[in-house]
Amino acid sequence: MTAPLDLFAIDGLLDDEERGIRDTVRRFCDDRIRPEIAGWFEDASVPARELSVELGRVGLLGMHLHGYGCAGTNAVSYGLACVELEAADSGIRSLVSVQGSLAMFAIWRYGSDEQKEEWLPQMARGEAIGCFGLTEADYGSDPGGMRTRAKRDGDDWVLSGSKMWITNGSVADVAVVWARTDDGIRGFVVPTDSAGFSATEIDHKMSLRASVTSGLSFEDLRLPASALLPEARGLSGPLGCLSEARFGIVFGALGAARDCLETTIAYAGERQVFGKPLTAYQLTQAKLADMTLELGKGMLLALHLGRLKDAGTLRPEQVSLGKLNNVREAIAIARECRTILAASGITLDYPVMRHANNLESVLTYEGTSEVHQLVIGQALTGESAFR
Amino acid sequence: MNIVVCVKYVPDATGDRRFNDADHTVDRVGVDGLLSELDEYAVEEALKIVEASDGSEGEVTVLTVGPEQAADAIRKSLQMGAHKGVHVLDDAIHGSDAAATSLLLAEAIKKVGAESAWDLVICGMASTDGSMSVVPAMLAERLGVAQVTFGSEISVTGDMVSIRRDGDTATETVEASTPLVLSVTDQSNEPRYPSFKGIMAAKKKPVETWSLADLGVPAEQVGLAAAWTKVDASAARPPREAGTIVTDEGDGAARLVEFLAGQKFI
Ligand SMILES: Cc1cc2nc3c(=O)[nH]c(=O)nc-3n(C[C@H](O)[C@H](O)[C@H](O)COP(=O)(O)OP(=O)(O)OC[C@H]3O[C@@H](n4cnc5c(N)ncnc54)[C@H](O)[C@@H]3O)c2cc1C
Ligand SMILES: Cc1cc2nc3c(=O)[nH]c(=O)nc-3n(C[C@H](O)[C@H](O)[C@H](O)COP(=O)(O)OP(=O)(O)OC[C@H]3O[C@@H](n4cnc5c(N)ncnc54)[C@H](O)[C@@H]3O)c2cc1C
Repeated sequence: MTAPLDLFAIDGLLDDEERGIRDTVRRFCDDRIRPEIAGWFEDASVPARELSVELGRVGLLGMHLHGYGCAGTNAVSYGLACVELEAADSGIRSLVSVQGSLAMFAIWRYGSDEQKEEWLPQMARGEAIGCFGLTEADYGSDPGGMRTRAKRDGDDWVLSGSKMWITNGSVADVAVVWARTDDGIRGFVVPTDSAGFSATEIDHKMSLRASVTSGLSFEDLRLPASALLPEARGLSGPLGCLSEARFGIVFGALGAARDCLETTIAYAGERQVFGKPLTAYQLTQAKLADMTLELGKGMLLALHLGRLKDAGTLRPEQVSLGKLNNVREAIAIARECRTILAASGITLDYPVMRHANNLESVLTYEGTSEVHQLVIGQALTGESAFR
Repeated sequence: MNIVVCVKYVPDATGDRRFNDADHTVDRVGVDGLLSELDEYAVEEALKIVEASDGSEGEVTVLTVGPEQAADAIRKSLQMGAHKGVHVLDDAIHGSDAAATSLLLAEAIKKVGAESAWDLVICGMASTDGSMSVVPAMLAERLGVAQVTFGSEISVTGDMVSIRRDGDTATETVEASTPLVLSVTDQSNEPRYPSFKGIMAAKKKPVETWSLADLGVPAEQVGLAAAWTKVDASAARPPREAGTIVTDEGDGAARLVEFLAGQKFI
């Protein structure tokens, strides 16, 4: 018997270093995440602090950034790490994505030398957790409409407003917050112990339960001039970060799908219906074959985009191709797998419905599927259909 | 402190392992291999000792005797943090027994020592395939140094090594001075994951490949023909038979006890 991705001989497309990184993350997840994850999901509580230190020790936080204590791997290795993390749980991958590709990347790409020196090394070690505040309750897909404002007061800035759906919000030490100023949209590095900062965890989620999601509020929060991210002007700042994080999702979503498919193949081989194993029925095999095709095609697409990123030629609309396809197919695979597990599939004894539920968030954040269709549509036609 | 760690490349126990029909040696073609998990403890112990002796320039050299793919075991050890690797590779080695393996390891260790003196040789408690646990003892004998096997806790002060050994009935702590051959158990430490920086640094670390000629070992002293023992026949274990189902007719407990006693479980 051959594992789904082995049919595509994916390993042959990777070098020793990429395989080594993948194997390390897989083993970390086997030892540290998988034994606990169903409980974390059920209780909607994840030990984010301890976990981030452990993730930092492996080198996962900001792994594809160079300098400041970051590992400096290539983009493909980062993608492969996301596959393994998300095969364990999308919530854990989210913690790593937000830390490395949103919060750290924003500081690394747009920050001053002082901001980099102060935050990046401790964030790489997982001793400081970061979050990224762009979305507001009334402005999600259209962040340009944001209401959060930063006003100048002498040399200082005074920040007021609120953010919603912010991953890591209540556990963060530092928030990268995007706000409207007289000079357009600008980013700020906000220590979460600043007076006027508060974060409230969002309860009753049915998805990404092993991830902290919060609302942030800023009440006349005073910041020194040095809190401004000097190199980011306008929406292109946050959008540049989102493109980084999306790249990880192009890979990561396939991890969730792979875990569903492998679980399902094993389950169906054991499960007897009408006197023989479920795998021996043509209907089951057709489902498994079709899912394997989509998983493998998605992985080939992800690797192709990864090679483009490493060559420095990857364009944002190409990341949209990957995110749209791979998350859409991953959630379809998770749901199809659930049909094969049937009743067993609805429990936390198997990872399938947990992945399916998680992927609902993944479908929405970092640009909804519809938004990526519009991005691709615009690239194809030259027409912007956003408004 | 300079340390040589002997690591073995073994077939992955989770895969389908077979013997070769022609000479009853392990079939390594088409079977994934890896660094013997028990040898990860040896690598970890060496790294811990070198890291703890801060200031002094210690190096960990990993040494393997094995086929081409055994380079994987070296790479994994370098990724964990070892400084350099030596791979003893020669077609004539195929089928070598423990005596020949220990000869090759000893000659390679002497050659390593000729460049820079070593203080400790650390082995695993057993390989996960052959699992004879004899190589460390043979090696110490050939090198003419002291041996302490199955160490569960190791501490080093100067050139004295203190080793705790856990037996079935007693625990003993022994001391030995370097140079020394040590084997460590899976209780000795928790092997680290290779960090990403370690994985990337490994590519640039030196690995030497030595043949029999490099070691000055004649081909007649190694390989299947020179082995002191020989596997005459091998057969796959038959698949497990279906279990016995005991229907409880009021005497279930008694029959269970009967069964367990019959199998000498109780
Ligand atoms: C678990 C979770 C974690 C998150 N973490 C973060 C975080 O860390 N930081 C952060 O800033 N944000 C975060 N988000 C927010 C996320 O990015 C937004 O939810 C997302 O951008 C969509 O915004 P919205 O929910 O307001 O949907 P809306 O923008 O209200 O969209 C509603 C629907 O309208 C569609 N739509 C929107 N515009 C158009 C259009 N022009 N044409 C056609 N259809 C359209 C959308 O596709 C969607 O189907 C998170 C969200 C979740 C669920
Ligand atoms: C299937 C099979 C068939 C065999 N057939 C024969 C045969 O026909 N004739 C025969 O004489 N012998 C045979 N052997 C024995 C085989 O040669 C031994 O496995 C080998 O010599 C080493 O012994 P060991 O694996 O038991 O090591 P152990 O003594 O259990 O190993 C202890 C430690 O020694 C070190 N070590 C051991 N081997 C190496 C190595 N190659 N490189 C670096 N370090 C090492 C490691 O640190 C290891 O943890 C066979 C073994 C197997 C598994």
